[in-house]
Amino acid sequence: MLGEGILKGMAETARNFAGSFVSKERLTTVEYPEERITPAENARVFPFLVYDSADWEAGMRCVACQICEKECPPKCIYIEKSKDKKPDAVGKPQFYPTRFDIDISVCMSCQICVEVCPFEAIKMDTEFELATDDRFGGLLLDRKQLAKSNQYYHRIHPTEAAEVDARLAEEKAKSDAKAKVAADAAAVKAAASAAQAANSAATQEGTGD
Amino acid sequence: MTTSALLREKMEEGWNRPPVISPDGEGELLEVAMGPHHPSTHGVFRMDVALDGERVIRLKPVFGYLHRNHEKIAEGVSYLASMPYTDRLDYICSLTNNWAYALAVEKLVGQEVPERAEYLRVILGELTRVQNHASSIGFLIQEMGASGTPLMYAFKEREKILDLFEGLTGSRMMCNYMRFGGCRVDASPAWLDAVRKVVDELPGFADEFERLLCSNEILMARCQGVGILRPELAVNAGVTGPMLRASGVNYDIRKVDGYGIYNRFNFRVPLGDHWDVFDRFMVRLLEMRESIAILNQALKEVPGGPVMDPKAKIRGFRPKPGEAYGRIEAPKGELGFYLISDGGPNPYRYRVRPPSLINLTVLEDMCLGSNVADIVLIFGSVDIVLGEVDR
Repeated sequence: MLGEGILKGMAETARNFAGSFVSKERLTTVEYPEERITPAENARVFPFLVYDSADWEAGMRCVACQICEKECPPKCIYIEKSKDKKPDAVGKPQFYPTRFDIDISVCMSCQICVEVCPFEAIKMDTEFELATDDRFGGLLLDRKQLAKSNQYYHRIHPTEAAEVDARLAEEKAKSDAKAKVAADAAAVKAAASAAQAANSAATQEGTGD
Repeated sequence: MTTSALLREKMEEGWNRPPVISPDGEGELLEVAMGPHHPSTHGVFRMDVALDGERVIRLKPVFGYLHRNHEKIAEGVSYLASMPYTDRLDYICSLTNNWAYALAVEKLVGQEVPERAEYLRVILGELTRVQNHASSIGFLIQEMGASGTPLMYAFKEREKILDLFEGLTGSRMMCNYMRFGGCRVDASPAWLDAVRKVVDELPGFADEFERLLCSNEILMARCQGVGILRPELAVNAGVTGPMLRASGVNYDIRKVDGYGIYNRFNFRVPLGDHWDVFDRFMVRLLEMRESIAILNQALKEVPGGPVMDPKAKIRGFRPKPGEAYGRIEAPKGELGFYLISDGGPNPYRYRVRPPSLINLTVLEDMCLGSNVADIVLIFGSVDIVLGEVDR
């Protein structure tokens, strides 16, 4: 019969229409500003800089090595390296960025800066409501706007942040152990040289006799 | 000569052009510029059509409005840095683009991919194929005048698949997931369970879609016998993908090359009999079913282990001098990347073989003699994304 196929198709839409009143699963959209879907844990929007201690400037993990600036495909990162070194969160003297800008109107959220960073300093944010009325200054984020605490990182990407913390702790333990070994060796050496000095002094005394 | 003077001269040249006379010598042909902003093109693309009444006498496709210099940019940046740019070629299927590029680089340097990464690639590639075919059918029917209903059905399903992509790769469309020698992050067991759940529901969606469309008389009347592409022409023009298979040529790179681990899976290759728009529509529907079969087989046997080759380097990647061509069966056809390395950190030559562009070259042959309204339909059945056509 002509028109049977059309009726069959219409029955399908009618089933979905009626079904949407009873089954919540058939309603696939949400009313956005009032209702929100929580973003996926891996979701990424734009990069931010992680800092460790309470003060964002002192605790910044970034050491201005400029690898991300070089590897960024659309070249949206601009870094100025400091002339002096300041102690970082662990207390090791490091360079720091006197300027760290990301132009998020150029950034394409590819995450390559995160992959190449050897210091776990730059990570991806999930904040997407960044609309502004100033298309130049408003979309050029400086280091103060980019700095977010490690706690914030833990809140948005819990699994990833835990892995990163474990890795950093391991590295720190390793470097501590190395420093301890070095210190021990230095102490032994110092003791040995002191002993030798005493010894030679004693010999000298002996010859003097 | 200044630019404005040149422009004026060109415009006057256009105004003073002699009229095009119809083949029987009786009347003047009507020249219509369909596009660059025609709604059916989903982008910027122009068809210069000459009409005799309703009949198409000539159709000249004009490409290049969306040219973004992808190949030249890639020659100036490191190998890794062009990976996110490949997402932006065919923005509906970013994962298969990643895969083709990763395959080309892996061939260039002779890198091995771990077993688990191969399985993840197959799973993501087939999910991409399902969502691409569903939305391309939706767009085709929308161009026919069914304003939105089938498209929304397709997008409802695509949404679930995009959520899976977001869960694994962090982004819904610009995934940037595959790397040379594996994949960027590992899939969690929870993610694999979510995929199983979505894949279990996919046959139901395919059934619903078929009930909605396949026996619809209007759809049949519009599609059957329209836009015939003869197999000889399809082969000679280098057409690939569902277009070629709808013309009855049994050529699927998953079968022919068996790249990755595709020779481990059982699946059939649907072929068309009548070489028309309806066959292209049906071939896509059936390919979705075969993709679901592959997904079910792949999800059963995902092995453990790493997802990245431990020898793979992220920074300071410099392949030895040489060349390689990696190709895959992307949802739209053969997608290939041709790379020449001179030993430097960036490719000496980088070339994309886009299925959309090459499938589009036979547009005139399919449209000649049909009506204006059918152009839109035939164009929709080619299934292109302008990002890939113009690059």
